[in-house]
Amino acid sequence: MKRVFPILSVLTATLLIYALYQALVVAPTEQTMGDVQRIFYYHVPSAWTAFILFFVNFGASILYLIKRRPAADMVALVSAEVGVVFLLVNLVTGPIWARPVWGIWWTWDWRLTSTLVTWLIYVSYLMLRRFSSGGQTPTLAAALAVLGALCIPFVYFSIWFFRTQHPQPVIGGDGSIDPRMMHALLINWLAFVCFAFMVCWSRYRLEKLQRDVNQAYAMASLLAPHGSARR
Amino acid sequence: MIAPTGITRVTLLKDLRLEWRSKDAINSMLFFSLLVVVVFSFSFDPTAEESRQIAGGLIWVAFLFAAVVALNQTWAREIRNQVLDAYRISPAPANSLFMAKTLGNFIFVSVLEALMTPLFIMFYRLRSLGPAWQLLLIAVLGTWALVVNGTFFAAMSLRTRSREIMLPLLLFPISIPALLAMVQATADILNGEGARFWIVLLATYDLVFTTVCLLLFETVLNAE
Amino acid sequence: MTETVSAVTVSNLIKQFGRFAALRGVTAEFSGGKLYAILGDNGAGKTTLLRTLAGLSQPSGGGVSILGASKFRDISVQVGYMAHPSLLYDEMSGMENLEYFARLYGISGNITGKARCADVIRTVGLDPDLVRPVGQYSQGMRQRMSLARALLNDPKILLLDEPFSNVDVHSAIEMVRLLARSRDQGKTIFVVTHQASLLEGAADEFVWMEFGKIVGRTRELKREQIREQTAEQQK
Repeated sequence: MKRVFPILSVLTATLLIYALYQALVVAPTEQTMGDVQRIFYYHVPSAWTAFILFFVNFGASILYLIKRRPAADMVALVSAEVGVVFLLVNLVTGPIWARPVWGIWWTWDWRLTSTLVTWLIYVSYLMLRRFSSGGQTPTLAAALAVLGALCIPFVYFSIWFFRTQHPQPVIGGDGSIDPRMMHALLINWLAFVCFAFMVCWSRYRLEKLQRDVNQAYAMASLLAPHGSARR
Repeated sequence: MIAPTGITRVTLLKDLRLEWRSKDAINSMLFFSLLVVVVFSFSFDPTAEESRQIAGGLIWVAFLFAAVVALNQTWAREIRNQVLDAYRISPAPANSLFMAKTLGNFIFVSVLEALMTPLFIMFYRLRSLGPAWQLLLIAVLGTWALVVNGTFFAAMSLRTRSREIMLPLLLFPISIPALLAMVQATADILNGEGARFWIVLLATYDLVFTTVCLLLFETVLNAE
Repeated sequence: MTETVSAVTVSNLIKQFGRFAALRGVTAEFSGGKLYAILGDNGAGKTTLLRTLAGLSQPSGGGVSILGASKFRDISVQVGYMAHPSLLYDEMSGMENLEYFARLYGISGNITGKARCADVIRTVGLDPDLVRPVGQYSQGMRQRMSLARALLNDPKILLLDEPFSNVDVHSAIEMVRLLARSRDQGKTIFVVTHQASLLEGAADEFVWMEFGKIVGRTRELKREQIREQTAEQQK
């Protein structure tokens, strides 16, 4: 197992470099927006990856509520943390893209707004994990994760309807896409997913180590003939 | 045999009685609601035409703030003297407690809304051009949406650090679809259109979240 | 019928709070109809043990069996619990408090139910007609009313955590007498306390805890026996 991680890391790095090459060199330049549009290859896959991670968080939280396995809790924690970061990338690249093209930083467009709300929900999840006391955290966080995940469809649906009533400029654009662009997009998405997986794995290992240390102290405390183990 | 609805009713009555006895809480809540309306009136000039158009949104934000203050304190009573432990060891089901608290909060927040609304109508010279009965329906559905999640998150926050700030931190993001619905529906009706989509959305939201909160409450109550 | 079957069995009970192990493998059998005093220093795990028996704390490992049931919910009607906080609403009178908690145990609110509440209040030596809210009681009165609440459902198992803290001597002695009478009626009673001397003569057994384990059980209150027993175990 120990050898797999470095190998996969190298593979992921290679894939990321290839994806960068695809995005910046191979993909054709967009007609109206020019080279600025290339940020699209980061803006979109980061969101898709984040949602995969949040789906994992949802599944892990439900698994924890049913089976109470600590591993499920760790997976939930890790996927939420990494997902929040990826979604932040999406939220930041949105305005960076919008400004040169449309002259505005933010438009409350449907996708960006919904993404912002989703991001807020998962940040509140991370805050709950930080502010609750040790024994409760996995259970409370899992409950919040379920509620948050169920809220996402409502978020997107309500904001979508709101925007059809009150239209605004749309960042990200719709409509048909050149197949070479789609190719670059998918490569970048694959690279992002691999990268996200590696980061999650690292974070998981870190969390597991921390919990193992705590457990070791607790075991020492359990077995000590007199009193708890002094640090 | 203990009927769960009986326990809900008894707990609700007990809470209402306790609320009534600690009149300080009620008085400060009422005054707070009045202050919110007045402060909003200074921030969003009622005489400007634009303000009349966003009055629907303003009133719901005001309700939200009042609700948060109310929600925070209805659970506070249960952790004083660890009374919640007495409930937990009894055979009474956790869901009865949740329903009782939610209903109590619903009543409490509705009273605050009933007091703030005439003030808003007066200050902003609001007139409804659309079906006014729909406004009542939205008020009920919207308040329930805030209160059911609010009661749940307030219970969650009971043993966290910074308990009072945790509640809005958790409640606001998840309430956004419901808030959007309430605000838009109110604005639409005041402007003379129907708000059927928003009402259906709110009703669905209420159904989903009430169900899930009921399913998860016992777990959350007994989390250590 | 005398209880020869054990009322409470604990097997290798473990409870961890993060790095700290409050209970480090508690194994014991407690037969019914006895008054047990649980003694030990702070941090010995007495409160954790009691809360686990009361179903308020889930063990990290090991098992608990109360009246033959491993799930607390099955026998919660037969358990009464009392702690240093009063577990009562300060703004209501004693009678109002008990009427509410009675409903939680399925005791109806009619005349019989009210009479039951009044009886229990008289049993602890208080006046059921007292309108004063519990928050204005003295500590002794409050603890006695809390005991009344614990006795309301006529439980077979009584769990008391530091019931005599800050209580005047008269109230404390009254409570001990009441506990002894309840034990004579067949209840199994566990009392966690620092004031072991109060239970001298009333308790059937003194259970000594240290650092999350039971280190000794004696019929009389003699600490020296424990020192010897512990020394034996360490050899």
